[in-house]
Amino acid sequence: MASPFLSNTIISFSSSLSSSSSLPRLAPSIPFSAIRSKSTPRRILTVRSKIREIFMPALSSTMTEGKIVSWVKSEGDVLSKGESVVVVESDKADMDVETFYDGILAAIVVGEGETAPVGAAIGILAETEDEIAEAKAKAASKSGASTPSAPPPAPTPAAASTPAPPKSTPAPAAPTVAEGPRKTVATPYAKKLAKQHKVDIESVVGTGPYGRITPEDIEAAAGLSPSKKNVGLAVVVETKPAAPAKAPAASAAPSSLPPPVPGSTVVPFTTMQSAVSKNMVESLSVPTFRVGYPVTTDALDALYEKVKPKGVTMTALLAKAAAMALAQHPVVNSSCKDGKSFTYNSNINIAVAVAINGGLITPVLQDADKLDLYLLSQKWKELVEKARAKQLQPQEYNSGTFTLSNLGMFGVDRFDAILPPGQGAIMAVGASKPTVVADADGFFSVKNKMLVNVTADHRIIYGADLAAFLQTFSKIVENAESLTL
Amino acid sequence: MHSICFQATGVPGSNYIFDSCSPALAISKPINLRFCGLRKEAFGFSGLTHSSSGRVHFSSRGHSKKVSASAESNGSPPKSFDYDLIIIGAGVGGHGAALHAVEKGLKTAIIEGDVVGGTCVNRGCVPSKALLAVSGKMRELQSEHHMKALGLQVSAAGYDRQGVADHANNLASKIQSNLTNSMKALGVDILTGVGTIVGPQKVKYGKVGFPDNIVTAKNIIIATGSVPFVPKGIEVDGKTVITSDHALKLESVPDWIAIVGSGYIGLEFSDVYTALGSEVTFIEALDQLMPGFDPEIGKLAQRVLINPRKIDYHTGVFATKITPAKDGKPVIIELIDAKTKEPKDTLEVDAALIATGRAPFTNGLGLENVNVVTQRGFVPVDERLRVIDTNGNLVPHLYCIGDANGKMMLAHAASAQGISVVEQVTGQGHVLNHLSIPAACFTHPEISMVGLTEPQAREKAQKEGFEVGVAKTSFKANTKALAENEGEGLAKLIYRPDNGEILGVHIFGLHAADLIHEASNAIALGTRIQDIKFAVHAHPTLSEVLDELFKSAKVKAAASSHGPVSEPVAV
Repeated sequence: MASPFLSNTIISFSSSLSSSSSLPRLAPSIPFSAIRSKSTPRRILTVRSKIREIFMPALSSTMTEGKIVSWVKSEGDVLSKGESVVVVESDKADMDVETFYDGILAAIVVGEGETAPVGAAIGILAETEDEIAEAKAKAASKSGASTPSAPPPAPTPAAASTPAPPKSTPAPAAPTVAEGPRKTVATPYAKKLAKQHKVDIESVVGTGPYGRITPEDIEAAAGLSPSKKNVGLAVVVETKPAAPAKAPAASAAPSSLPPPVPGSTVVPFTTMQSAVSKNMVESLSVPTFRVGYPVTTDALDALYEKVKPKGVTMTALLAKAAAMALAQHPVVNSSCKDGKSFTYNSNINIAVAVAINGGLITPVLQDADKLDLYLLSQKWKELVEKARAKQLQPQEYNSGTFTLSNLGMFGVDRFDAILPPGQGAIMAVGASKPTVVADADGFFSVKNKMLVNVTADHRIIYGADLAAFLQTFSKIVENAESLTL
Repeated sequence: MHSICFQATGVPGSNYIFDSCSPALAISKPINLRFCGLRKEAFGFSGLTHSSSGRVHFSSRGHSKKVSASAESNGSPPKSFDYDLIIIGAGVGGHGAALHAVEKGLKTAIIEGDVVGGTCVNRGCVPSKALLAVSGKMRELQSEHHMKALGLQVSAAGYDRQGVADHANNLASKIQSNLTNSMKALGVDILTGVGTIVGPQKVKYGKVGFPDNIVTAKNIIIATGSVPFVPKGIEVDGKTVITSDHALKLESVPDWIAIVGSGYIGLEFSDVYTALGSEVTFIEALDQLMPGFDPEIGKLAQRVLINPRKIDYHTGVFATKITPAKDGKPVIIELIDAKTKEPKDTLEVDAALIATGRAPFTNGLGLENVNVVTQRGFVPVDERLRVIDTNGNLVPHLYCIGDANGKMMLAHAASAQGISVVEQVTGQGHVLNHLSIPAACFTHPEISMVGLTEPQAREKAQKEGFEVGVAKTSFKANTKALAENEGEGLAKLIYRPDNGEILGVHIFGLHAADLIHEASNAIALGTRIQDIKFAVHAHPTLSEVLDELFKSAKVKAAASSHGPVSEPVAV
């Protein structure tokens, strides 16, 4: 269990995507109920009789979204027909937008500087003061729902239901440790965020230098995950471990979770990470076992040096070698779908784990046994580019029949992978290192050795199967020239 | 003096002292109003505290004898001269004058007490452009939205502060040596030391503690420049309370910095600091930010450069007291209401940058030896840059250019003035049209301008009884701008519909600083709209923004299309 979570994540992902891909994308595509036709630009439409929504108008035939330059009126202002309410910037120009109805501007849904698609509600107009509360509730639900990036509303029920200024009274966290009548100091960005997320800045306890309120404090108060702009890790070409997750958390009995350490931040899973988590737990239902094998790589290394200038990567070499070995041992390429039968796969599709932007993806080299090394490398390059651009098609990441995970480039000597649901085996490749070996005649020499560890589903693949497969694999690698045939 | 400033330049931001080339040289209107009032203080310490800048402060100890000795010969100028032209101060203005003088065949010397290149090269425009180049790239790389729109993916952008600082410093050194070499190559004598006028056509120079040399010249140009102006009550420690001189070294990037003054200097530094991760608070004495700009441009600039960034601001307030961080306390800024003078607020920040403008550096110049008294530190000059003495008479053979005369505190204005003076002393009548001198602010995107702002033009129109036309074009319609995904921007033309004269052009948008010259050249040459609109622009280029601008102007059919609009205006 050198790095169990690494392999965890690696595996799970391939299958996780397959499941998530079938879900509708949860983009904030709020249905804009019966909206006016786009042929009536600069008009504010009504939906209901008393509470009206102010829509983003189409200011030109090509406009698809508009940016609110400024609200001429503020919440609570009384509007009369024909008055300018808001300045909207289209792809062509800035225009004043007027109201066609009398009423009170009950709520602003889309703030200054924000953008909304044509037809989206940008504000709520109430006819009388009595309806302001209702209008605000409506506004709150709208803004809540349409805020992009905001994670699923975990601890912020505030906005949705309460009509009044939607800020649930802040947790009575020991109010500012009495330091006399000290005034609140908040940084410029903290103030902006507070306004944007409607956080009462006076209620926030500053944790910054000199007790000032920082943007992070506001984000915490608003229940947002800290938007660490500078995190996005470099896109990875070869496999790379995922960001260390909290390994034992998932399997540990959920009963006695220790209270979070003060100052810790809770970051909800992304969709991808949730899928990983789910699959990892699922993998516990499969009885797996592991077999390791040392492989001499001098020939492979020599070949690699030769073909590297032609664009061949180590990934392609290993995938090719594994595919050739699998061709001779079809059982290792099979899977157990129902616990009662073998499913022999007609193709040998090698999934290769790649870490990308805090997530993980397993692009699949299809028919890796049939393609030659150069085509395979070319294919791999394309897949990685697509993966970076998030353009992989489902069959390009969920059609794997065998998974390859390589952490050798980090100097990892061996590790243990978790079997992704739906596959029969996964190979974990460690680093190749010079090792002193003695041959049958007692002569010492130094050879490059690499430890390969395969995890397999023991319902269908037995120890001898795996051992034989590894022996074949080892022979292929040791006679690496065969890879180019 | 305020009105003199104004008339003198008659250009947007004219009554503020600024330097387009140098963020360090800008002053915003509000501060300047106060600045005018405080000029005495400024004058008082400008020479005392900034001995390292531009010229070493002339100390009377050890030199007084020579001064009086040479003063004896005051009335009788020498018959033969060491030089045709001596320039005191080797900044951009002095350099421009020297090059042109050589071209005109004059034997020329330039006296420099500090470093060749002056403020612009060493502590102004040049190093700041290096920082702004970095901030522009950082901004682009950090803008996920922008990158995505272009189909690019970039992992986290980061920076190494020392690397950035070195870039700025290297650039300054490089330009400095370029300037020095260009003058040496042309045969300009570079004399090292403090230059002091000891009598008509006579200058003394030398390093402090060394014997002085006296040289004579047919004509003398004062080009001693300026230093950052720090209002009283503000304690500059160079670490947490700084001026542009310190900020350009980028010794630290504070989490939160207050910038006093929202003119060119402040604006450019806000661009740099926010790109490097700081949060910024502006302190502006007038009721709105960026008071020097055309109001419409200012409004748009605020929408793009201030509102979406991590910046907030206090307007209509003076910073009366700023205390550097010490004893475990942050920098403390006391604010009073600009009108009622009542205490308004106290800010606690990590650092404060004083960008309230620049004060002329004219102390110790020996002006008293030729009977000249400075006005708030500025050397009084006429429209031909000839120095005026206390009696209102011209001092023969003595000129003053650049920040030291306060007409238009821009590096390229100083250079243009220097060239104008050389033209005059070589027998060509020349008057520089300050209305044709462009100015630029190198934020992202840039701001540039030439001529009058709309309110200035309307005021002038009312007085002189003509009509004002305004035409505008957007960068959103420009192919090149859209290709760069930088459609945010506006170009604005202020003109006379009756005769097609260009009164002013203001640009906010991608590469605005490079785009302005078509307009400034048109003004300088007196080209009318009805003529320039037939000029062809390559497609697709940003210059088409101006093409479209000229074409959209509605010049009355009766306006003739030949000949310059009017003689250049003497200012």
